[in-house]
Amino acid sequence: MSDTPPHGPLHAVLDRPNSYIGRSVPRPNVRRLLQGRGNYVDDIRLPRMVHVAFVRSPYAHARIDGIDTAAALNSPGVVAVVTGAELAEYCTPWVGVLSHLAGLKSQPQHAIAIQKASWQGEAVAAVVAETRAQAEDGVDAVQVQWTELPIVADMETALDDQTPVIHPDLGDNLAWQRSFEAGDVDAAFAAGTVVDEEFSFGRHTGVTVEPRAILSSYEPAEGRLTVHHSCQAPHMMQNIFATHLGLEEHDVRVICGDVGGSYGIKVHAYADEMATAALSVMLRRPVKFIADRLESFLTDIHARDHRVRARMAISESGKILGIEIDDLTGIGPYSVYPRTSGIEANQIVNLTGAQYTCGNYRAKTTVVFQNKVPMCQYRAVGHPIATAVTEGLVDAAAAAIGMDPIEVRRRNLIPDDAYPCTAATGLSFEGLSHHRALARLVELMDYDSLRAEQERLRGDGIYRGIGIATFIELTNPSAMFYGVGGARISAQDGCTLRLDAKGNVICTTGVTEQGQGAEAVMAQVTATAVGVTIDKVRVITGDTDVVPYGGGTWASRAAGIGGEAAVQAGKALRENILKVAGIILQAEPETLDIREGRVVDGADGNDRIGLDEVGRIAYYRADTLPKDFQSELVATRHYVPKLFPFAFTNGVQASWLEVDIETGFVTLLKHWAVEDCGTVINPQLVDEQIRGGVVQGIGGALFEHCLYDDHGQLLNGSMMDYLTPMAAEMPDIEVAHVETPTADSELGAKGAGEAGTAGAPAAVLNAINDALMPLDVRLNIHPATPERILAALGTVG
Amino acid sequence: MEPMIDIQTSVNGANLSARVPARQTLVDFLRYHLELTGSHVGCEHGSCGACTIRLDGDIVRGCLVLAAQADGAAVETIEGLSDSGELADLQATFHARNALQCGYCTPGMLLTAQALLADNPAPSREEIRAYISGNYCRCTGYQAIVDAIESVAAARRGVIS
Repeated sequence: MSDTPPHGPLHAVLDRPNSYIGRSVPRPNVRRLLQGRGNYVDDIRLPRMVHVAFVRSPYAHARIDGIDTAAALNSPGVVAVVTGAELAEYCTPWVGVLSHLAGLKSQPQHAIAIQKASWQGEAVAAVVAETRAQAEDGVDAVQVQWTELPIVADMETALDDQTPVIHPDLGDNLAWQRSFEAGDVDAAFAAGTVVDEEFSFGRHTGVTVEPRAILSSYEPAEGRLTVHHSCQAPHMMQNIFATHLGLEEHDVRVICGDVGGSYGIKVHAYADEMATAALSVMLRRPVKFIADRLESFLTDIHARDHRVRARMAISESGKILGIEIDDLTGIGPYSVYPRTSGIEANQIVNLTGAQYTCGNYRAKTTVVFQNKVPMCQYRAVGHPIATAVTEGLVDAAAAAIGMDPIEVRRRNLIPDDAYPCTAATGLSFEGLSHHRALARLVELMDYDSLRAEQERLRGDGIYRGIGIATFIELTNPSAMFYGVGGARISAQDGCTLRLDAKGNVICTTGVTEQGQGAEAVMAQVTATAVGVTIDKVRVITGDTDVVPYGGGTWASRAAGIGGEAAVQAGKALRENILKVAGIILQAEPETLDIREGRVVDGADGNDRIGLDEVGRIAYYRADTLPKDFQSELVATRHYVPKLFPFAFTNGVQASWLEVDIETGFVTLLKHWAVEDCGTVINPQLVDEQIRGGVVQGIGGALFEHCLYDDHGQLLNGSMMDYLTPMAAEMPDIEVAHVETPTADSELGAKGAGEAGTAGAPAAVLNAINDALMPLDVRLNIHPATPERILAALGTVG
Repeated sequence: MEPMIDIQTSVNGANLSARVPARQTLVDFLRYHLELTGSHVGCEHGSCGACTIRLDGDIVRGCLVLAAQADGAAVETIEGLSDSGELADLQATFHARNALQCGYCTPGMLLTAQALLADNPAPSREEIRAYISGNYCRCTGYQAIVDAIESVAAARRGVIS
């Protein structure tokens, strides 16, 4: 379902016979997952392995007056009970700040809290035992003497004079503030019709089916640490473990095997995971920590807790004249290390309105500390909020001037022929396709027929709505995302390809696999660039002792960045293979090609020699090659985006739903997504990324909410109480593509992993408001639960 | 000392005797005692379905059944059902349709799908969605799973899809 060819003339390297680019080949390396023979961290057992469970604060804010460990130490199977002060001798604290978020501040955070706990669930002691159950028994036996401290729960009052300061050393509860202004905003608002809305977004979290998991093993003779870690960024964690445990970086090996879902949850340095690694050094034996579901809710990062006051001015002709937002977010008591908790707010400032031509924009964001679970980057970081605010305003503005919401978007989206260009917020766009994507969506959903059906059903008292959301998504980040601010997070990625003696290609890459299909993409690109069939490619990821240095998989970077490294490595290996083949065949390498694992004459495709034979001669019969020739059947190449700081993508989604105004229940009838992620390497994998992302976005729009009381107590921290999307409530989702490859790479691929989540909440909320329009009701509150819909309708108080 | 219970059970067709902690769940027994790690632990309170196994022919939550309750019963897991070939068409179709991403929910999802198709050889999409609604998948958005189950159901009925 593509409007444009898979890749243009720039991408000739991939326009090869039997190219795998653009083909929905099944993923390699997943048969084991289908048979329950995967290798997740909790599946691994090591000799002398012990388990850690943590004593966690029952209070959102409390001083630790004393910890009595005597009874726990006598509990069966308990090996050690360790407090924060004891562990601090093995692990230094960290501060989650970045220099390019000027002014962002945070308190040093320890692996285990020392003087006080700052959120309900923060670990204050560790119990290590022979089994997890015995460790939990030991936790129950630890006596902590607490003095409760005043709590900062409400972000709205966190900066008030009478509100206590969580970290007195910081002076106040302000983590960061940023203001931005472009154009003449006041003049814009004076000139047009103004809509004024307040949006609120509920805190929610990732709920990976596999909880966070780590197994850390310290080998004291060599001083080497091996960490089996369910994570997204092994090299980043290698650096962090080495830095804070006082080890040399090359003495730390991080192995990231199968990962049971991540979505940004598993890309941060968690205190309890740092503690587990430190305990393995302290105890000189393997220590395993597997979060249980209840502590996942209390310790996995949360996200999206924002309140945004927003205004838009629009002319009678439907031209957006100005946009203004005032964002407030509460991030918990610490900025999370090493990515910080300022990025989500920063993204909202950068992304709001950036799909439109409007040049008059004023934004402010205020990031405050509070005594709740720390917030940080989670799938589509900031995009769902920026998109819901922008697109909510557009729909409100369209209604205010009586114009169709599609038409308003047509009149304001950046024209497809305007690129490259720069948004009011300063973002650089290489090439986007908003108008083609919108046209495709309108056609796909049969917009006019749906409008007619909606009108007809309204006569029967049935309230159906159409919601549209256009958006941009930040993918393939360069070092301008994190590295520039001082974080040791690699923006580049490497790929090594090696021909073995049987003609197979072994691919090692710095990007990681968490289910997205990164290994499939690497195999497809490798097979195409070298010229072998895909079954001959073996992909290895996730082991810092084995793979080239790289960033891992996050920010929709694996296909675009890791894939391009594989393109370049594939070209280089091909050249190296053809040099050897040229000597064997007494032919000029330039006249030869590699197709389906065989060296052929480039001109007519005549078969010459198999790669297995090239490998055999190069490895075993080098005596038959000239003495001044050395074969090199391995090649490594790296890639980092250079032309633009980010490869922005664009997309548009639509939701069609029905609101039952008696019960407040929303039934999702259908969802459409048109996405432009550049070159589509594997259409099925891209479509499933979009679908999974859409459903994750729907979760935030309709169900998911970490509910807190005034005492900072999480009220629904279990899967019985916290609602996630399940199959019965989810709609079928139709996906289509427009392809605008990036010229920053030969592959031309941009990211696709977060687009679904970026757009879905806005589409759903707009559809709800569209359904309720005849009743003169609007709500801008996520999740839009039945209770909240009934409250908006005035049915309940 | 912690109370222990002796059990005799059959796991994937093999009889075995074991002494298990009275409080140990069946899924923990399978994973940590027998090292059959294909049944996954996701929530330990019966919500997510990742630990779905078969006990005397019915699918159950491995986290809500004690190992002691397997005494005298027949337990089947994803490993056994893979080796017997019972799930082969579901597994192949899940693979082809990309109805798994991270794979953590997949063993439970496959066992649930197999139970559905035993109950109802010709389920509608809505019936499939309802039946698997006790199995949480965060990655796929469910549509590919529904497609795969629908397609296997049709193939088993001899309908070419």
